[in-house]
Amino acid sequence: METFIVFFLNGISYGLLLFMLSSGLTLIFSMMGVLNFAHASFYMVGAYFAYAISAKIGFFPALVVVPLLVGLLGAAFERFSLRKVHHFGHVPELLVTFGLAYVIEQLVRLTWGPSTVDYRIPDLLSGTLFTVVNLAGDNLQFMAGARDPILCAADTGNTCTQFPVYRAFMAVVALFMLTSLWLLLTRTRVGLIIQAALTHPDMAQALGHNVPRVMMGVFGGGCALAGLAGVIGGNAFITEPSMAASLGAIIFVVVVVGGMGSLAGAFLASILIGLMQTFAVIADVSMATLFQSLGSPVSFEHWAYPLLKITISEMAPILPYLLLVLMLILRPKGLLGTREE
Amino acid sequence: MANNTIYAFKPVNVGRWVLWSLFALVLIMAPQVFTSGTSLTMLTKMGIGIIICLSYNMLLGQGGMLSFGHAVYSGLGAFAAVHALVRVSDGLWNLPVSLVPMVGGLGGLIVAALFGSVTTKKSGTTFAMITLGIGAMVFSMSLMLPEFFGGEGGISANRMVGEPVWGITFGPQIQVYYLIAFYCFICTVLMFAFTQTPLGRMLNAVRDNPERVEFIGYDTQRVRYIAFMIAGFFAGIGGGLHAINDEIVTAEVVGAEYSGMYLLFTFLGGALFFFGPIIGAVLMVFATVLLHELTNAWMLYLGIIFLAMVMYAPGGIASLIMMNVRVAAYGLLRRLWVAYLALFGTVIPLLLGITVMIEMVYHMQMNVGMGPEMTFLGVTLRVDAVDAWVGALFLTLTGAALFELARREFVHQWSDVQEEIEAEQLRRQMH
Repeated sequence: METFIVFFLNGISYGLLLFMLSSGLTLIFSMMGVLNFAHASFYMVGAYFAYAISAKIGFFPALVVVPLLVGLLGAAFERFSLRKVHHFGHVPELLVTFGLAYVIEQLVRLTWGPSTVDYRIPDLLSGTLFTVVNLAGDNLQFMAGARDPILCAADTGNTCTQFPVYRAFMAVVALFMLTSLWLLLTRTRVGLIIQAALTHPDMAQALGHNVPRVMMGVFGGGCALAGLAGVIGGNAFITEPSMAASLGAIIFVVVVVGGMGSLAGAFLASILIGLMQTFAVIADVSMATLFQSLGSPVSFEHWAYPLLKITISEMAPILPYLLLVLMLILRPKGLLGTREE
Repeated sequence: MANNTIYAFKPVNVGRWVLWSLFALVLIMAPQVFTSGTSLTMLTKMGIGIIICLSYNMLLGQGGMLSFGHAVYSGLGAFAAVHALVRVSDGLWNLPVSLVPMVGGLGGLIVAALFGSVTTKKSGTTFAMITLGIGAMVFSMSLMLPEFFGGEGGISANRMVGEPVWGITFGPQIQVYYLIAFYCFICTVLMFAFTQTPLGRMLNAVRDNPERVEFIGYDTQRVRYIAFMIAGFFAGIGGGLHAINDEIVTAEVVGAEYSGMYLLFTFLGGALFFFGPIIGAVLMVFATVLLHELTNAWMLYLGIIFLAMVMYAPGGIASLIMMNVRVAAYGLLRRLWVAYLALFGTVIPLLLGITVMIEMVYHMQMNVGMGPEMTFLGVTLRVDAVDAWVGALFLTLTGAALFELARREFVHQWSDVQEEIEAEQLRRQMH
């Protein structure tokens, strides 16, 4: 039970991080019809910038500066490259972002080398926020701070699980950012113009708003969100040149499963996939063990044994894609998608 | 009304016969002209690349389907073929080695039928994302199922198995080359023939205007699905040839890197023309074999070239060639040669400057232990000296400025020429 609570919270904080990425991707997609293939690359750029800049000016200033820088880069890319291929159609637009992802990965390798960099959680945020203690025979107790060595000693029969501060920090930053984004989109004049440009670009243009500039802003904003996710995600996970490719496929899954262009759908799918990937790691069961518990064990010589013996925790990397395939078979428009393509 | 026999007259398409004969001749003569071991290896790789890139273009160019996971079909085809080879050498199957690529093709076809039923439900951007997801899934699965994919070491086989047919053992590389050339020619002919079939035409229609196709009564998804399976079949043949050529198949052949390469070079070659991917495949081999030897930063250059190509020439090299052929056909190419000369003359210092800077950064990053000196095109540069950097920067900026001037003049002249051609076309139509 105590591991369940901590894993649940971990899954939520990972899901929120995914949503920071997929929300930017969804906004850009629903506005410009462009799938930004390089979105995860901006996440990577955010992580590497944060690594370089936080060494100079500290983590918290970097938390503000880096997303702005990444946002500027994104806006510049939109202005000088993406806008030029806009009239060729959607496939060249996708290709140009694909090329950008390629170039960014190579530039990152060129600048910071091909291996992992040591981007660490700041001291202030490392440590344990609270410990869930399962007292032997008694109920759960939440305790602030790290585990108490006396209480958690092996011979007491109590089990303790810790929840790190940084995971909570990630979730708080993500929630804060997303709430302010939601307020910006629904409660301000800027948000109104963005929404208008989203649904009726010609009319918004006719009313005197500079729609291409709004698009540049949205693209930059989405990239800034990805950059912020990189700042807080790069040190929680791992900062290396292949991080963009491995996360990129996942956020695409999130966007398709949630329904193309639906922010609420992207939120649901992010949390779902975050929880799924977190819990899959501890699920040590396979089809073979399932058959065994049902009373008909599969022999080692059976032709399908290599397939059946794979545990869910081993399957964790492909679970999102399986979900994607299932979703397309059962509900092709996605969780909250409105139209089928 | 005594004689109402219709005399059908279909002229022999001489140009087409000449072109295909030339293609066959090139395939036959190439190893006689380039006899070294390296060139033979490259030629075999080109043959395989041509099949796979052409099959990819069936999706991208003819069907408008941007797939990020084409290596899944060529790669699983390669695995099917290598398993077939292992079975043949174990004596379980009695199959001549020359037919093993067909097993690869069948493997690709089956996998494409399986995944295609899901992916082709969508088109456009969503299709692209799903193919990426499926590619990532298959690659992760390759690490999970070492029984089929052979884990880290891959699966190796011996191609010199079974009874030699007509004394061909596939021991010498030249025999493998001719096997690949034969398959390459047949597959190219078949894929070209496919573009001429009603299905091939429907595929173009689905690419250009799916709504209208639906109104006429066709099922766009089915058209895409069938084309997807055919592309998977040819990709699988390419993969099967790869298995015979290398005698080892590792899990990376289904990975995103291979898929990205096929996409990149098919596009660079030109997706709008049938022969574009052939150019792309030849370039792919040159890039992965020669450029790879020359510089560590080759992937970066490739990415930059690709970006520039998407932005300024989305039809790839093939379309650049065809545009100039059109100008030449109207006898106007002579007027452009000065502009071309200026364009190439100014682009050289620009590229040189950029390349020197990239190479110097790479040298600082990768070869720290080898000291500050590096040689580039026979010149020794010191990466810790200011003059090398200033020189490179100066070269870049001067080149960029001159190139921009030349480019503007070229665009001006080019559009003049195009206008003249259009006027000429109009005049010919009137008469």
